[in-house]
Amino acid sequence: MCRQPAVIDIRRHNAGFCGEHFLRLCRDQVTKAIEEFSMIGPGERVLVAVSGGKDSLAAWDLLSSLGYEADGLYLGLGIGDYSDTSGDHARRFAASRDLRLIEVDLRERYGFDIPTGSRAARRVPCSACGLAKRHVFDRVAVEGGYDVVATGHNLDDEAAVLFGNVLRWQVDYLARQLPVLPERDGFPRKVKPLVRLTEREMAAYCVLRGIDYIVEECPMSAGNKHLGYKEALNAIEQQSPGSKHDFYFGFLARASERFRAGIEADQAALRPCSACGAPTVTEVCAFCRLVERVTGERAGGSVPVELSAGSGVRPS
Amino acid sequence: MKVRLRNPDRELDVAGPLSVQHLLARLDINRESVLVIRGDTLVTSDVVLQDDDVIEIRPVISGGAF
Repeated sequence: MCRQPAVIDIRRHNAGFCGEHFLRLCRDQVTKAIEEFSMIGPGERVLVAVSGGKDSLAAWDLLSSLGYEADGLYLGLGIGDYSDTSGDHARRFAASRDLRLIEVDLRERYGFDIPTGSRAARRVPCSACGLAKRHVFDRVAVEGGYDVVATGHNLDDEAAVLFGNVLRWQVDYLARQLPVLPERDGFPRKVKPLVRLTEREMAAYCVLRGIDYIVEECPMSAGNKHLGYKEALNAIEQQSPGSKHDFYFGFLARASERFRAGIEADQAALRPCSACGAPTVTEVCAFCRLVERVTGERAGGSVPVELSAGSGVRPS
Repeated sequence: MKVRLRNPDRELDVAGPLSVQHLLARLDINRESVLVIRGDTLVTSDVVLQDDDVIEIRPVISGGAF
């Protein structure tokens, strides 16, 4: 029986945890997720998608402290002060842990930022941002020889996306909503090591580990419908602790397999983008079409990266 | 007690003593959506806050404000 004062009560576990035992719980849950879903093999190199927020920095810290060879990748989105501040958090974290942070600036590399890009392409900002992140993370991982890309998606993120996909019966999205997306030709494996932990737990992890993350939200996320889904799920969770976990993991155990039939057909149709070479089902991939629409020029070539922190930097 | 709320930042004066659970209920905040920090220490729902405490209620939902 632990005699230290509790710092967090987690109702779905019906327990309070002292700082030391809570940090151990987080590490155990990440280890369990990695093993249960075969996320990362021995000796594999991990590229962590880092935003400067609580989840990505916690994921990087957890993977590093568990002994994985994990570098970070920060994508400069050009969203004013928000991007400047989030980049500073990512750089300070990397420097404090002597970790390697790779940086790519969207404006410098592709000639647009998210505010101008989303306006010009008539996409909502979160859509343009997600598209750019997926493209750059895949590209840097493949060119850098990484085996796997890890993101900071937590249980709340996955439950909220599942909720939205079920509300509209987005069958294609349901087929892909898994903690691991296997590698395919030109795509690295994608993993979500935080799926067994909530975002409240990730924020608490950062506080207890002294991780200085950006608390402010992206100014372009206002009106993001996933926020509403999260609030709805938290209202249910407050009445019935464990609901978010049961919803998401029940889907994985009992329903996700039923939606996978369409994935094989999509995979068979993949071919290299004629502009950048990334795998796509159309002649030109969605990212290159976005770049062309915004700048009038086609993207292509490799992604130059900048190494910004950590004395353990290795040549790429 | 001084209560600092984030996103957007604002500050409230609330009379103590008051448990964390009751403070959140009074402010109509779902405990699943926030951390409560006294000074620089996380506190649980049953902790009783006093008049001279300085409290931060920090949202944890990514994607907007509460």
